[in-house]
Amino acid sequence: MATQSITVTINGEAKSAEVEDRLLLVHLIRDNCALTGTHIGCDTTHCGACTVLLDGTAVKSCTVFAVQANGREVTTIEGMEGEALHPLQEGFMEEHGLQCGFCTPGMIMSSKHLLDKNPEPTEEEIRWGISGNLCRCTGYQNIVKAVQYASNKLQETATEGGE
Amino acid sequence: MIPGSFDYHSPTSLDEAIQLLGELGEDAKILAGGHSLIPMMKLRLAEPTHLVDINGLSDLNYIKEQDGYLCIGAMTRESDLETSDLIAENYPILKDTSEVIADPLVRNLATVGGNIAHGDPANDHPATMVALNAEIVVNGPTGLLGGGKRTIPIDEFFVGPLMTALAENEILTEIRVPSPNGTSGASYKKLERKVGDYAIAGAAAALHFDGDNCSKAGIALTNVGPTPVRALEAQDALVGSLVSQEDADKAGELAADASQPVGDHRGSEEYKRAVVKALTSRAIMQAKERSGGN
Repeated sequence: MATQSITVTINGEAKSAEVEDRLLLVHLIRDNCALTGTHIGCDTTHCGACTVLLDGTAVKSCTVFAVQANGREVTTIEGMEGEALHPLQEGFMEEHGLQCGFCTPGMIMSSKHLLDKNPEPTEEEIRWGISGNLCRCTGYQNIVKAVQYASNKLQETATEGGE
Repeated sequence: MIPGSFDYHSPTSLDEAIQLLGELGEDAKILAGGHSLIPMMKLRLAEPTHLVDINGLSDLNYIKEQDGYLCIGAMTRESDLETSDLIAENYPILKDTSEVIADPLVRNLATVGGNIAHGDPANDHPATMVALNAEIVVNGPTGLLGGGKRTIPIDEFFVGPLMTALAENEILTEIRVPSPNGTSGASYKKLERKVGDYAIAGAAAALHFDGDNCSKAGIALTNVGPTPVRALEAQDALVGSLVSQEDADKAGELAADASQPVGDHRGSEEYKRAVVKALTSRAIMQAKERSGGN
């Protein structure tokens, strides 16, 4: 059984582990690091529930090997909250962007990458931006509103900070 | 789903990667974006015993114009192609193509080289590259056993379903697309059931004009044959024409005749031929519009 020693910085904290080469990143996150906010939905690269940021880029962590993250930075939903909820988390709460919540961590991580690249997306850009994430109960209307809420709030904060 | 066991290798140079492939033989697979390979490994449809990860070869990630060609490094991510200003301005057909591949999360990792080297006729770049008469640059071992670098014309690259002209110890390193010369335009149209699905069918059209008349045409189809299908008769019918709507529709019919669709959950053979006809005609008309012609 082939194994490797890897160190991955997850939510700012360096984690070292001896892992099988075939271990998927999502299993490193959930099983080795006990960060169960990242969900496994379809396990077939379709649903986006397992989305995390890898060096700032949104990826489906069920389709990346843990060894590929060696020496790199991973951000999961647990890494979003600072002193207060992240504007995206707040947006999902305020705009009723979730019912069952299963897709929410993936939706938020995809939206984080979207807003990092494009701070003021149009509604259409948001819809395309989250098109790799499936929601089966809330419906997308309020998810889109939640992302718009976060975009507005981040813009306001940036403007205030600049004055 | 857990993939079978394998040994992971992460070479830091192209030479090291090629040497590894030579040593490990046919049980080794190259890991690029991994978004075709890893799902296949999870389903145990692929069980390589060695993975050679070429994500460390960051010098294979580039998009540049050079010596009359657009050169795309094999490790260029689909998301890079999708957001490149150079591509949007001079090669909009490649933007058409990259932005309909899978979904945005997949495109953040999936590579242009992988989309082609996988040899899947359901992938989108193969047809586009056939229409554009691209060339595939591959690197292999130098010395007695091989000649190092070679360039394969796109029409010789796709051999069958998931089969290409790549040897076991070769790596696809670059895709070269002839730069627009004179009046030309190109477009890719795909019909998919939903975001993330493979094409029901797709059609790529690349047209060159001499005055008002079409002087050269490339028409190729996605997911309606064992390889991307070049619609030769459709191409021939366009050359010399003014590319009117009627000409485009006629070429669409010829493309539908050239397609070899198989009925499945995406539609019947008849339906897919109808899709090929419509998409080919639309791609031709958009290619003409983009050429600046009337």
